Amino acid sequence: MTDLKTLEATVLAEIAAASDEAALEAVRVSALGKKGSVSERLKMLGTMTPEERKQMGPALNGLKTSVGEALAARKAELHREAIAARLAAETVDVTLPVRQAPAERGRIHPISQVIDEITAIFGDLGFAIAEGPDIETDYYNFTALNFPEGHPAREMHDTFFFPPGENGERKLLRTHTSPVQIHTMEAQKPPIRIVIPGKTYRQDSDATHSPMFHQLEGLVVDRTSTVANMKWVLEEFCKAFFEVPSLNMRFRPSFFPFTEPSLELDIQCDRSRPGEVRFGEGSDWMEILGCGMVHPNVLRMSGLDPDEYQGFAWGMGIDRIATLKYGMPDLRDYFNADTRWLQHYGFRPLDLPTLFGGLST
Amino acid sequence: MKFTLSWLKDHLDTDASLDEIVERLTMIGLEVESVDDKAALKPFVIARVLTAEKHPDADKLKVLSVDTGSGAPVQVVCGAPNARAGLVGAFAAPGAYVPGIDVTLSVGKIRGVESHGMMCSERELQLSDEHTGIIDLPDNAPVGASFAEWAKLDDPVIEIGLTPNRPDATGVYGIARDLAASGLGTLRSGAVEPVEGKGKCPVSVTLEAPDLCPGFALRLVRGVKNGPSPKWLQQRLIAIGLRPINALVDVTNYVTFDRGRPLHVFDAAKVKGNLVVRRARAGEKVLALDGAEYTLTPDMCVIADDNGVESIAGIMGGELSGCEDGTTDVLIESALWDPMATARTGRELGIITDARYRFERGVDPEFMGAGLDLGTRMVLEFCGGTPSEPEIVLGTPTARDGEIVGETGHHYREVDFPLSETKRLTGLDVDRAESIAILKRLGFVPKGATDGAVVRFVVPSWRPDIDGKADLVEEVMRIHGVNRIAPAPLPQTTAVGSRILTTLQNRTRAARRALAVRGMMEAVTWSFIPERHAALFGGGAPALKLSNPIAADMSDMRPSLLPGLIAAAQRNADRGFGDIALFEVSGTYQGDRPEDQRRVAGGVRRGTATLEGAGRHWAGNAATVGVFDAKADALAALEAAGAPIDKLTIEAGGPDWYHPGRSGTIKLGPKNLLGTFGEFHPDTLEALDAAGPICGFEVYLDAVPEPKAKATRTKPRLDLSPFQAVKRDFAFVVDKGVAAGVLTRAVAAADKKLIAGVSVFDVFEGASIGADKKSIAIEVAIQPQERTLTDEDFEALSARIVANVEKQTGGVLRG
Repeated sequence: MTDLKTLEATVLAEIAAASDEAALEAVRVSALGKKGSVSERLKMLGTMTPEERKQMGPALNGLKTSVGEALAARKAELHREAIAARLAAETVDVTLPVRQAPAERGRIHPISQVIDEITAIFGDLGFAIAEGPDIETDYYNFTALNFPEGHPAREMHDTFFFPPGENGERKLLRTHTSPVQIHTMEAQKPPIRIVIPGKTYRQDSDATHSPMFHQLEGLVVDRTSTVANMKWVLEEFCKAFFEVPSLNMRFRPSFFPFTEPSLELDIQCDRSRPGEVRFGEGSDWMEILGCGMVHPNVLRMSGLDPDEYQGFAWGMGIDRIATLKYGMPDLRDYFNADTRWLQHYGFRPLDLPTLFGGLST
Repeated sequence: MKFTLSWLKDHLDTDASLDEIVERLTMIGLEVESVDDKAALKPFVIARVLTAEKHPDADKLKVLSVDTGSGAPVQVVCGAPNARAGLVGAFAAPGAYVPGIDVTLSVGKIRGVESHGMMCSERELQLSDEHTGIIDLPDNAPVGASFAEWAKLDDPVIEIGLTPNRPDATGVYGIARDLAASGLGTLRSGAVEPVEGKGKCPVSVTLEAPDLCPGFALRLVRGVKNGPSPKWLQQRLIAIGLRPINALVDVTNYVTFDRGRPLHVFDAAKVKGNLVVRRARAGEKVLALDGAEYTLTPDMCVIADDNGVESIAGIMGGELSGCEDGTTDVLIESALWDPMATARTGRELGIITDARYRFERGVDPEFMGAGLDLGTRMVLEFCGGTPSEPEIVLGTPTARDGEIVGETGHHYREVDFPLSETKRLTGLDVDRAESIAILKRLGFVPKGATDGAVVRFVVPSWRPDIDGKADLVEEVMRIHGVNRIAPAPLPQTTAVGSRILTTLQNRTRAARRALAVRGMMEAVTWSFIPERHAALFGGGAPALKLSNPIAADMSDMRPSLLPGLIAAAQRNADRGFGDIALFEVSGTYQGDRPEDQRRVAGGVRRGTATLEGAGRHWAGNAATVGVFDAKADALAALEAAGAPIDKLTIEAGGPDWYHPGRSGTIKLGPKNLLGTFGEFHPDTLEALDAAGPICGFEVYLDAVPEPKAKATRTKPRLDLSPFQAVKRDFAFVVDKGVAAGVLTRAVAAADKKLIAGVSVFDVFEGASIGADKKSIAIEVAIQPQERTLTDEDFEALSARIVANVEKQTGGVLRG
């Protein structure tokens, strides 16, 4: 029995000392293999007397079990150690930078983003988006919009002209998106509810004027629309667009050749912080757009009877309202394609303006 | 248009406060742009110098003891030569801001002597340029009182921005009329008592250009004594930014602002012979009152005498016949000038004057004579003299219709006004009596019955802008109050909004987002580009060249987005940002008709700005951009726009601006060109002053066919095969000229049922396979449909693939 205890101690010590799975396997073979030290003893049970067997049997089987368990335990332990060692060897420096996804690098120009915001709002109000060409005729840009002959806007110092064509007519770059009002009324009978975003051009260049800029025109024509409806549409638009909890607005009489009565919309704001306009506070007023009831002459020239049909129109600078909302200081930068400006003022490609998700959140 | 509060109150009897007046002006369409309430002058008080001693350490300085009216006298160091004991002047205490020197005063030591304030000059208070000494007031000026209040300098100045339709508001009287009409006081009578002249005006007037001059009134005043105008008048002129000259000139300026009625005065001694109103002769010159010489054209109207041109009609008088202190006989002119001709002349000569401002808007024709009388009365009052009778000559009348003919031949317009029109157009309910009362207060005169549904009004001569009933709606609306119009919701037409964008608009948006998702930045570049850039890209046609570009290099409508984008990329590179990917989705111009304006998505990548990123990186540096980056962008934009990507064909080569061997053309069918892509030709880059590596593309969103209308949104049924998909690799040796696209199509065509996909995973060229050969390795995805394929099936499929490739391309399986 002392002999067995010694054997067990020796084998268990060998198991504990096995430093890898191969060494452990060698120990298993030397103990439990065909000719292993424990197996040899078990074979001897057959030669024993029943008394001896009765005594030695359980002892030897106990030895076999304890060696087997020790082997399994050591094997599991060695396996864990091996994995731990592999994982340790596989360690990397996770602070190394990864490349930015393309979608994080790309940018949408503020003008496109703001047009999408506008589209979301007016789409909700039941307006369709109309478009028209940049190169226009004098008729659509001026005459049909009730600009008198000799109006300063018709001069070379205001409007870009092309050389006269074969018929003597000078085409021009539209100075506003209003010609699309006429195209629409010619093509479609009322009711009309459209907004028209687009490029417009004037002979102007400074921090707040660019020879190319973007306008948003709106037109509603039916049999009932009034200044009261116009106030509602434009106030609702401004509240939605500027995304401020409160917005104090005022309409005041003004003048445009193509509307009568004509109004301008001012928004109360605080301009005391340089480079920033805060709506809903302060005591300054900022003009935001011009609007009015479509002039009877304009309706008439578009083939609509002004005593039967009526409606309103408005125009505002997209670049300007973008500036007011997002704070770009100089209009000319819009068209410089400076990567730093685009990166800073541009929008991420998956920031899609929606009303359900908030225009700019 | 500027005026002061007291000036307004000359014409308007009102208790309204400055704030109320300012608010009302804006709300009736006379937008207030600024108000100067003269708060800056509040700190200055009248003070008396008690003693003036020489400064112990400075010859030119004096030490004054000043009684400021409160407390003990204060010590002030002063350098003014007129500082003396007994002088009464304007004193600023420490803490006061002195606008003329832009300094807030504090107690200071000047050469060792403490100074507790300052005695000010007019310039220091920004009252005038006077700075030879400190302000020297009459002895009886009340010490301790507010200087501004005592000197009537606290009169607030209001500036309004006038819309071009309101010539009547270019005079203080017209502004008062509008305010009175809105209920903010009572308009005082503006009637001018006629001047009784003695004898005919010795200078006659001939209108040789009656179309440019509807009327001309002239009067001589003999024996005037010219000199400074009264202080109150000078103060008003200074307050609105005008410089007092002398009484005769100041009167013309005063009437210009008081009544919107510009006058002109000639020194009669300097006028030779009679006056003629005529068109200028080509090249004729005039030395104007601003000291500049102007060269005139026959489109311009002038007043001339035997000496030549004496005045540019309606814009500016001539220097040679101007009135000076020594003038004794003065010719006063009150004329009417054609608004359009005046505007054009002013623009061409670049002259902006208060007269032009009024004449180009339209001066009240019926106030021509009264204006002359008003000016004459003021001249008589300030300068004395004996007036002649007026010489009045009429040209072509001012208005086109109406029955009543006024004293200058003005045809008064008449407008029929249905009283319901205000409600119809504005939603505002204004009752009959109020509507009529508003119009009457504005000077409209009802003609005939006023109890019917329609009332006829005669339009006042000072409102050339009123044309029809909508104009009267505006008058009623603005005077009754725009803010009384309650916003009313626009009736909803559908419960749930329907689609509002056209296919092209959707494509434009989709292409933008798709390109931005590929790491590109959206640019908006100019529609007009330099002529040589346009010519490089197939543009430069005369019809697309601006006659009046704002700059020489913004002259031609762009035929392509690429020149602008390449130039933009280069600008960024010049700033140190060479790895840049830009795109634009916008218009290009193939001609001047609407259908010639294309909707194009274009982009460029420069340096190493690839899809994966740019520049060096520890995990692998970015490659330089090339034709395949541009191709991938082009296809992504087309796919976003809804083009059938699997049906597109790619042809080698593109337009001249591309690298001939590294560019391609994307087509749908043989004719429909959808886009081009590639690296650029070195000549193109050189001409654009740009350098590579750079690649780019353009796709035509408007060329993508409109999707077919579908009866249902249901997608085609998807049948999923239960059998395992397998992949097999092949490598074919083909001639170098064989396009990979042809080879892959040949493979795919070998068995359209089993072959689910073909991709190229390697292209190899080398001596081992022959100098004019290349090897293309492909992976074929096979999807069994009916049963698991056997080895024999695969062999048969492989044989079909090899045979078809050989047939289509001459390629052989690489051994």
